Formats: sequence, structure tokens, C-alpha cells
Amino acid sequence: MKSQIPSLVLGRILVALLTLLVVSFTIFCATELLPGDVAEVLLGQAATPEAVAGLRRAMHLDEPALLRFLRWLGGLLTGDLGTSYANHLPVAQLIGGRLVNTLKLAAVTALISVPVALATGIAAAVLRGSLFDRIVTALAIGVVSVPEFMVATSAVLLFAVYLKWLPALSFTSEVQSVWQLLRVFIMPVITLSFVISAQMIRMTRAAVIEALSKPYAEMALLKGASRLRIVLRHALPNAVGPIVNAVALSLSYLLGGVIIVETIFNYPGIAKLMVDAVSTRDLPLIQTCAMVFCLGYLALITTADILAILANPRLR
Amino acid sequence: MDAVPARPRLRLGYAFDPIGVLGLAVVLAWGLVAVCAPLITPYPVGEIVDLDYFGPITGQFWLGTDYLGRDMLSRILMGARYTVGISLAAVSLACLTGVALGMAAAVVGGWFDAVLSRFLDALNSIPGKLFGLVVVAGVGSSIPVLIVTLAVIYTPGAYRFARALAVNVNTMDFVTVARVRGEGTAYIVRHEILPNIVGPVLADLGLRFVFVVLLLSGLSFLGIGVQPPNADWGALVRENIGGLPFGAPAVIVPSLAIASLTIGVNLLIDNLPRRIRDRSA
Amino acid sequence: MANLVEIRGLRVEARTDSGRRVEIIRGVDLDVAPGEILALIGESGSGKTTIALTLMGYARPGCRIVGGSVHVDGHDMAALPEAARAALRGTTVAYIPQSAAAAFNPARTVMDQVTEVARIHDLMPPEEARARAVALFRALALPEPETIGARYPHQVSGGQLQRLSAAMALIGRPKLVIFDEPTTALDVTTQIEVLRAFKSVMKDSGAAGVYVSHDLAVVAQVADRITVLKGGAVQEVGATAQILSAPAHPYTRALLDAFEPAGGPRAAPAPSGRPLLAVTDLVAGYGPIGRDGRPAVTALKAVSLTVERGDNLGIIGESGCGKSTLARVIAGIIAPVSGSIAFDGAPLAPGLRARSRDALRRLQIVFQLADTALNPAQSVGDILGRPLTFYHGRRGREREAGVDALLDMVRLPRALRHRLPEELSGGQKQRVNLARALAAEPELVICDEITSALDTVVAAAIIALLGDLQRELGLSYIFISHDLSMVRSICDRIAVMYAGEKIEELAPAAFGQAGTHAYSRLLHASMPKLDPGWLDGLAQQAEPPAWPAPAPAVP
Repeated sequence: MKSQIPSLVLGRILVALLTLLVVSFTIFCATELLPGDVAEVLLGQAATPEAVAGLRRAMHLDEPALLRFLRWLGGLLTGDLGTSYANHLPVAQLIGGRLVNTLKLAAVTALISVPVALATGIAAAVLRGSLFDRIVTALAIGVVSVPEFMVATSAVLLFAVYLKWLPALSFTSEVQSVWQLLRVFIMPVITLSFVISAQMIRMTRAAVIEALSKPYAEMALLKGASRLRIVLRHALPNAVGPIVNAVALSLSYLLGGVIIVETIFNYPGIAKLMVDAVSTRDLPLIQTCAMVFCLGYLALITTADILAILANPRLR
Repeated sequence: MDAVPARPRLRLGYAFDPIGVLGLAVVLAWGLVAVCAPLITPYPVGEIVDLDYFGPITGQFWLGTDYLGRDMLSRILMGARYTVGISLAAVSLACLTGVALGMAAAVVGGWFDAVLSRFLDALNSIPGKLFGLVVVAGVGSSIPVLIVTLAVIYTPGAYRFARALAVNVNTMDFVTVARVRGEGTAYIVRHEILPNIVGPVLADLGLRFVFVVLLLSGLSFLGIGVQPPNADWGALVRENIGGLPFGAPAVIVPSLAIASLTIGVNLLIDNLPRRIRDRSA
Repeated sequence: MANLVEIRGLRVEARTDSGRRVEIIRGVDLDVAPGEILALIGESGSGKTTIALTLMGYARPGCRIVGGSVHVDGHDMAALPEAARAALRGTTVAYIPQSAAAAFNPARTVMDQVTEVARIHDLMPPEEARARAVALFRALALPEPETIGARYPHQVSGGQLQRLSAAMALIGRPKLVIFDEPTTALDVTTQIEVLRAFKSVMKDSGAAGVYVSHDLAVVAQVADRITVLKGGAVQEVGATAQILSAPAHPYTRALLDAFEPAGGPRAAPAPSGRPLLAVTDLVAGYGPIGRDGRPAVTALKAVSLTVERGDNLGIIGESGCGKSTLARVIAGIIAPVSGSIAFDGAPLAPGLRARSRDALRRLQIVFQLADTALNPAQSVGDILGRPLTFYHGRRGREREAGVDALLDMVRLPRALRHRLPEELSGGQKQRVNLARALAAEPELVICDEITSALDTVVAAAIIALLGDLQRELGLSYIFISHDLSMVRSICDRIAVMYAGEKIEELAPAAFGQAGTHAYSRLLHASMPKLDPGWLDGLAQQAEPPAWPAPAPAVP
């Protein structure tokens, strides 16, 4: 019995590593193997056939794809992330500060939305069918079915245009006071929190309701337990796995959300960097940013899986 | 004897919630608009018809004008074509591939199933917008590329869903009975499994359609989706984002169009006609 | 008030899919005296569990008490506000569920849940509650009473969980205990231990009981009085002995008749040279095959048996004994690791793919659950027509005629051919399931627990039908069941299986006689009898033959 957990956890980690390998290969293929020659792109108008051929050789573009993939992967593993095509700076240097900015944004959002969303989701499940539940459910469906940029533009319209509480866009040149910091963060955080909370509320509510429909919840009722006790003592301990999963999945929506939010609010994070890199076709930068995102996603999902394994009483 | 001869025939019917009907109406309306957009646009789509830009809602321009002074209503109606058309093509492609592969994996099993599942799961762990960015950076953006990219992004989900359903049906005794009878794989997939997963697969297609619409809009909003001079609803928001500080209708209306479509589909899926079985007639 | 429970004019409504309200309990009156045990008996859908739950003031989601009163210890459970009902649950009325495995919360320890009633109602300090729980564990003959409470539900066997749920019910010293089919899901040998434990703790506690069951023989052991229900109304009430010996109502008589189902008289099979089926040294299992050539989990260990033409072989054993695996290996669904199968003298390939269509046709299998064995997307006509086309090439009108003939054969009206399986009753579905096998015109039909999911009366009718069909069509059956009385009523020889091995093969009449294997005698002794003194008589006999703990269930 005891030995089951370590092997399951190890299995999850191995699967994550394998997945990462497939993901990196896919990203590599999408950027380098599909039609569209990098050398021609780089040289642009000035491309003579000789120049293109020379650059191809210099960039190892004439080597077999697998070899190039392995070379690239080796670079990633040894910390050599390559050099940006656009401004010839090391990719690592370009990414460093931006990544920290994005992580700050994500952390603030998670700190606000996870507790609020979990509490709302559980409350909606407890008060199932009440006015509160119906309003929360309808709002959540609404937010889930609209694009992130609509949440963002609505927030701007409401807080900046009509209420005039906040500036429409973030200006991150200099942050000198707490108030300015707040002004930089507040709109992106509001938008992202809305987007990921809606997911989390829906999934948490569903997980608790599922647990409440089990025979052991009926048994607790027939022992005279109150509704609150049934939810807290009987349903929740069994809903931990699904809820952790819901949190992880919702946080992974952050990854998609930041791309839109950083663009719309002009926030200097890694997602904005990547969107800009796409417009200049700066492939090394794009590849590295993509790998950072996928790594983040996999880390989240794997952590959630491992937590769910640890929370499963049947494996204890 | 339990075989009571000729029990009164059970009442079979369908219950269709009014909210579901509303959802269906919205979806059908947008479908219709997408099909006959050029016939109903009040002004030519590309033409500058107003001297002012970001014009307000007036009797002449029902939804105002955009950043160049073009009629927003006409642009929204034309945009429906791109948004609905590309999304529908992508989601159909994704579901067709996903369902075919999913059923094959469930019935064939073994190595085929393991490798395919592992690979598609890995694909699934690349966030959609990110994959779009990477592909557009590598290949550039065009409508066929968009359709294929969106289909690739949503195939793993459709595969997973169909496979799970098919695996469940595959373990049912009636499939075992068919195997023991000596039936081939083709018959089992076609007659025993497919009829029992069609309903949920169609509902899943609807939900996935919503995701595709949202992702397509997001990509267009980022400037890597539908390219100018054409514009889907996401691209319309991008074009007109400059009007946001003025609260121009040109920024808000395309978002509302997207929301009406996706919420309409959601309402329809949540309130599909239910077959009712009235046991004690 | 003389009675502990007085139910008067109880009516309960349920909501159907279309939102219509249907009365499922139609004006029921019941009394239970203090310390008395009353049985509610009836088939599925008779409303027995619904009535029992109203004693706790509870109706399952979708159901509602709409009329009448349910007085328990002076309180009208139907009229009390929810908080007052909750205060009585666990303290005055307690509940023992059908499946303790599902009713125990997997995330919390057994002790935590057994003593929860004391915490909810603040009945006693925690140490006292734990001490009382341990005392109850001991009284219920649970192993390691001191430490069993520290385990999680999945670490305890089904029979033990069922007894633990009795401790959970009795900890609050209730005046009334509701038993909701508490032994239905258990094997017979386990059922005896659980029944014995229930009976002894109920005697000690002096509480009254309401025992819900579909099994007259089980009820006869524990109940003082029996109430027979059908269609949400009381058919007959009487003292246990009176109901068993002199039933007044025709439905009660049908229930009693169904207890010993009869396959009907049958001409003795004509002796023939070679057996229809000969199975030799069959080994089978699940999981990867190890270096020693055996699978990770061995479900069958060298089983051999023969079936003569026109003969019926019964296979009996408890869950996990390998009887269903044996059926699947013979049918070709699972390939054996070693051993051979010969059908009508010719060897039968181990896997399905290697068997000829004619070999498949001659040997048919019928599964236990008609619900999963019939494709819900196909009409009865399509389900029965496919094997006619597949094996006999019949199409069009010829196929239609064949379907009609099959429906006639299993005594179903022809009009049913247009229905979907979900529009049929349980018994009708099982008849269609059987008819599909007959469509192949087989020589041997393997029946895998085909009556165990059916109500007793319906099951008896299916057994009678099998006997008729055998006379008409000259079939042979392999009849697999855990129910000795079913097997005995139709089989010529019975193989007893335990932990993957065939222990012995007996004639039906030889069961329970000296000289047979100890396990066969245990099985025979464990089959509940319609005699109220049966369980107590067993207790006074010498201890049942010693036998190792049941084998682990095969996945």
C-alpha cells in the first residue's frame, strides 16, 4: 500500500518530461520545418542566392532536421538560449526581466482569485438552486463564453471611461509610489481574475455537487448532520482532487489570458515580448518564450496531479 | 409471468426548454447572416462612408462607424462570415479527425492507442494562443493556415472525449456479444459504438465551437488571425481599439457579436431537447 | 402510545422525467411495537425503501411526502421542520444502508464515522463514544475490535463494513433501526455472519427494527411480522410464521412459489458417445504473463469439465471464484493460458478470431445484465434480426418472420419488435437477451448469472422458460449462478468452484449430504431456508465447517 504513492508520483514526473520533449519537438517543427525559409526572411529584400546559401550554412539550416533539433535542445538544456534575430541580444537577457514582470502579475492574480473563487464555488454548491447560486452560475457562464479582450475592454470602459477611476492603459515607465504600482497592476489583475475565477467557480461548484450526490453524503444526512457539516466534513475532503485540478487548469488559463492582457494594457511581460517577436519573426526568441509557457503549464498540471494523488485516501 | 402482453405504449417525446430555443434562434440567425452577408450589408464593406471616424450610433449608421469612417453594421455582418465560417470549418475538421482517431484507438487498443494518446496529450499541453503565435511566426497567416492550426489545437480534446466515450461503450456487454458473434471491427464501430456516442459528440462539437470562436477572435485581436483588409469580429476590435478611450461603439459592438454567438451556443447545448421517458403512463 | 411507529395514510409522490407527478406510495398504514422487528418485503419498485426512509422524515431527491402521518416515538416525521428531523436522526431512528461500501466516506476513518453521531448530537464525550464503538465492534464479532476503527473503509471487507454500519447505527442508542437490504450485495456465506451479528446486537439493544428486503428467507430469520408490498400499497400483513405457512394474498403465494423455481420435468437425455463440450485443464487469468508462464492474477487453475448433449451443467460459487471467467474462456472472449476446449469432439480454438463462424454459432453466451447486453440504440427487431442475417443469411421478409418466431419462442408479444430496450421491463429485456442467443440456433447456451439481477418471481419465470425451450429445441445449458436453489432447479450436474478451482461435481440431490466437500456443505448450509428457525438452528449446530477466508475478488 505504502509504496504505491512514490511510484505514481515518479510516473507523473516521467510523463511530464516525455510530454515536454514532444512539445519542444512540435514547437521546433512549427517554427523551423514548415515552409518559409528563415534565411530569406532575415535577409529580406537584399537576399541574393549566394547570401542566402551562406547564411543557411552559417545557421546550420542545411543540416538534417533531427540534428538541428538536437542541437537546439542541447542549447536549451545548457542555458544557451540563442541570440535574437531582431536586435542580436542574447535571448536570456531579453527574457529575464520580462519573465519576472509576468510572474508578478500572475502571482497577484492567483493570490486574489483563488481564495475568492473557491469560496464562491463552494458557497454556490452549498446554496444550490438559490438566487445567489443562479446569479453566480449565470455570471460564470457569461464570462467563460466571451473572449478575454472583451472582459478587458469592458473593464476599461467601466473604470476608466465612465467612472474615470483609473487610466485606460498601464504606463510602466516609472513606478514611484504604491498608488502608481496599484494603477499599473489593477486593470490587468481585474481582467485576469475575472477570466480565471469563472472557470474555477464552475469547476469547484461541480466537484462539490458531485461529492454531495454520493451515498455517503445521504448517509451523513441520515445521521442527522447539518448541511454545513455534510459539505465541510464529507463532501470537501473527497472533492480535493477535482478542486486542485480545477485550480491548476484555471491558472493555466492565465497563460492564455496574459497574452491578451499584456498586449491590451501594454504590460512589459514575457507574453508581450513574444507577441512583438512574432511580428518581427524573431524565431529564437519565440521558441524560448513558447518553451517557458509550456514549462509553466506542465509544472502546474503535474503539481495538481501529484497533489490529487496525495489527497486520494484510497492510496493512503 | 412477467411478460404482460402489450403493455400500454410508453409516451415518448421531446422536451425543449424555451431558453434552448432562444439559443438555437441566435445561432441560426448568425448562420444565416454568414451565408448571405453580401446581400444584406447596407454599405459596401471597404468603403469610407462617413467623414467622421468612430461615429456614434445614428439612424444612418445603426452601429456607428469605425476608425476610418466605414459602416460598422456592414463590417459586422461581413465579419460573421469569417468568424462563423473559419470556426465551423476548423471545429468540423477537429471533431472528424478526433472522433475517427478516438474510436479507432478505443477499439484497436494496445500500442496504437498508447502512442496516439500520449502524443495528443502532449499536443494538448501547448496553450492554444501560444501554438497559434508559434505557427504564424513560422508560416505566416492565411485563412487555410488558420483553419488547420485551429483544427490541430482542438483535435486532441475531441479525440480524448470521443475515445473516453468509445472506451465506455466498448466495455459494454453488447459489444462483447457482437464480437462473440464474429462481427468485424468495421461493423462494431459503425453499428454498435457510433450510434451510442453520436449525441454527446455533437454536444461536444458545440462546446468546442465556442472555444474555437474565442481563440480565433483572440488571435485576430493579436493581429495574427484574419488579415486586413478582411476582418472577423476579433480583428474588428483590434482595428478599433483606439476608440476605447472614447467608448466608441466600434470597439464594443464586435465583442457583443462574439458574446451573443458563444452564449447562444452555450444556452443551446445546456438546454438541448431532452428525450423524455414517462415510465408510469 | 402503544406503538413506537404508527404510519397512517402515507402518500409519497415522485416526479417523472416529463415533470408529471406520480404517486409511488398510495396510502400505507403500518405499526411497529417497541422492540419488534417488522419486515417490508416486495420487488424492486414496490416502494419498500421509500416507506422506510419516510421513518426518518426523508424522501430521496425528486420524491415528496404529500399526505398522511409518520409517527415515530410520538413525533410526526412528515410534519416536523428539517432541524427537528435532523435532531431525531441517529438518536431515535438510525439507518443501515444497502451498500455500506458506498455509504462510508472514503476520505475518513471508520472510527471517525462510527462515532460521528455522538459528535453531531453531543451525546457523550469522545472517549466514551470510542469505547462504546469498540464494544459494539466486539458484539458484532468484528476482527481486531480495538484497531479496526483506525482503518479507512477501502481497507475493510464488504461484510465487515456492513457490520460496521450497524455499529454506526447503534452508537446513538436509537429506538428504531432501519435495515435497507443490508445483506443483498453479500455472498451467502458472508450473509450468514452478518445476519447473525445483526440479530444478536438487536436482541441486546432492545431496539425495534424495520427490515427492508426482497428475500423472504432472509426476512424469515429476523422479523417478527412481515408486510408484503406491491406497487406502493400493502398487500398483506401477518406474523412471520403465518405469512410463510398460510399466505392469504395471491401475490404472497407467488413470492413463496418462486422460492423453489421449477425447470419442469424433462426427458432424460439420450446417452451419446461423445460429450458436447469437454474442457481440459483450463488455466486463465489477467495481467501480463510471468516467467513461469502464469498470468499475474490467476482466475482459473486447471479446470476440467464435460457437458453431455441435452444435459445441463450448473456452476456455482461465490464472487471471485472464477465462474464468470470460465464462461468467458469457453466462449472465446478470454484466451486461456493453457488447456484445451473440445466442442462436439472437435477442438475449439482459444481465441474468437480463430474460431469459425459456425463454431461461434453453435455455442452462445447470455450475459447477466440485459441492460448492458442490449444495444440501447437498436430496436428489438434489429437486435434479434442481426444474428439471423449474420449466421443464416436471412433478409427481408424471411428475417422479419424469424424475429416474430423468436419473440413467440420467448413468450413476448410480436409488437415489441419496434421498441428500444429502455422501453422494456427487466424481465422482457432478459427474454430478448435470451432470444438473441436462440437466433443463432445454438447447441449449447452459456447462461452467466442471467437471473441474479431479476426479482424472484420474474427470475422463476425465466427458469421455467429455459426448461420449456430445452424441451422444444433440445438445447444444453451451462448455468452459472451464485444461487444454489436456481441452479438445482434446472441442472443435472453441478460443479462447485472456489478460488479458481473446481472442487467437485455433484448431482443436485447430493448437496448437503455427508461425504461431500466441506465447502459444498458450507454453501448448502448457507442458503437461507424459508424456515424461521433456520439461522438459530445453524448457530446451535456444530460450527460450520472450517474454511479459509474467501479468495480475493478477481478484477
